[in-house]
Amino acid sequence: MAGFDKRVYSYEDAMAGIESGMTVIAGGFGLCGIPENLIDEIKRRGVRDLTVVSNNCGVDGFGLGVLLEDRQIKKILASYVGENALFERQMLDGEIEVVLTPQGTLAEKMRAGGAGIPAFYTATGYGTPVGEGKEVREFNGRPHILEEAITGDFAIVKGWKADRYGNVVYRHTAQNFNPVAATAGRITVVEVEEIVEPGELDPSQIHTPGIYVDRIIQGSFEKRIEKRTVRD
Amino acid sequence: MALTREQMAQRVARELQDGFYVNLGIGIPTLVANYVPEGMDVMLQSENGLLGMGRFPTEEEVDPDMINAGKQTVTARPGAAIFSSAESFAMIRGGHVDLTVLGAFEVDQQGNIASWMVPGKLIKGMGGAMDLVAGADNIIVTMTHASKHGESKLLSECTLPLTGAGCIKRVLTDLAYLEIEDGAFILKERAPGVSVEEIAEKTAGRLIVPDEVPEMTFD
Repeated sequence: MAGFDKRVYSYEDAMAGIESGMTVIAGGFGLCGIPENLIDEIKRRGVRDLTVVSNNCGVDGFGLGVLLEDRQIKKILASYVGENALFERQMLDGEIEVVLTPQGTLAEKMRAGGAGIPAFYTATGYGTPVGEGKEVREFNGRPHILEEAITGDFAIVKGWKADRYGNVVYRHTAQNFNPVAATAGRITVVEVEEIVEPGELDPSQIHTPGIYVDRIIQGSFEKRIEKRTVRD
Repeated sequence: MALTREQMAQRVARELQDGFYVNLGIGIPTLVANYVPEGMDVMLQSENGLLGMGRFPTEEEVDPDMINAGKQTVTARPGAAIFSSAESFAMIRGGHVDLTVLGAFEVDQQGNIASWMVPGKLIKGMGGAMDLVAGADNIIVTMTHASKHGESKLLSECTLPLTGAGCIKRVLTDLAYLEIEDGAFILKERAPGVSVEEIAEKTAGRLIVPDEVPEMTFD
């Protein structure tokens, strides 16, 4: 990986350095825009006791759900964890610690983490179980709770196109958490559908500037649909 | 007669205004999109990062990269914008969404809402609901007035863990449209053929009944 050339050519190289006990931030919303192959590589390596930060935890047998099969996740921060029988069982059995986090707070925790802001106040969650035990401060006559930022040892991200400098664009709503996740990893790995020549991406249209990105890999994706809905 | 789900959606749709940005929750709120009045333009915000949600796709248009917050495949309408989750919740928390419609298990006379967690039952998570109720000024809650067992969902104090504190001012049930003010539900409209007495009987919280309570009308 010389200079600004961030391309790697195997998933083994893409996830080099991941160890048991690390925190992994993952992009994606449901099964949309998830780093499918990077997740599979984490499974293949068998690292354990991971803390995973992701809006959801995939489904049985796909996405982050595959990491449940060998009990690789110790703790997860997520906003919604339905639609996954194995997850439910591990949660009820106390095998996995779940920190349910409001979706906007989760996104802001990642954004703040990537932007060097250690914590922020928000009205979201005040007066609810989410606010319990958190510092409260009033602004403009309204109580807010203090939420801390999140950073990860790794951030795993799914993009659409990237160049070797690590500039990334996302496609449609597969963007979701990916750009904020990308900012919050000590090592940020982005897998994309296509790596293009420098200059092909319009600089004004870059979603994730390469400065946030450490490794880029081109992969192929299943892109499973969770709720196929069509009109008549 | 209690309102049907479609009539509830129709009634909520009367609160829409031309040029509104609107976030619709799952269930009855989603149906509101079917009743946008002719000639009125509203933009639907989906919190996974889409402003200007369009119709469901045809079989040919289905795209796994284009979904709504309910994880259903959707399309983007002309004039739509797509952005990150942080941007999406910046517009929600920043108060830029003109109207939010969402369901609930309970609402109380202080404007508290419980909609995400029943202790002892499986907890799936709050998704974006806490952000939406904290960030929006203009919220309409849609729910049935009482549970299947006849227990009121309009309470003096919520019994379930809250989604948000003191943030609800308007509730549409299958029996009535009510506003919350100074620690009471104010009965504003009743469903066709539903008596004030029935509503009062099914409202556990403090209820104020004005002299005139008009009946809703539907085409």
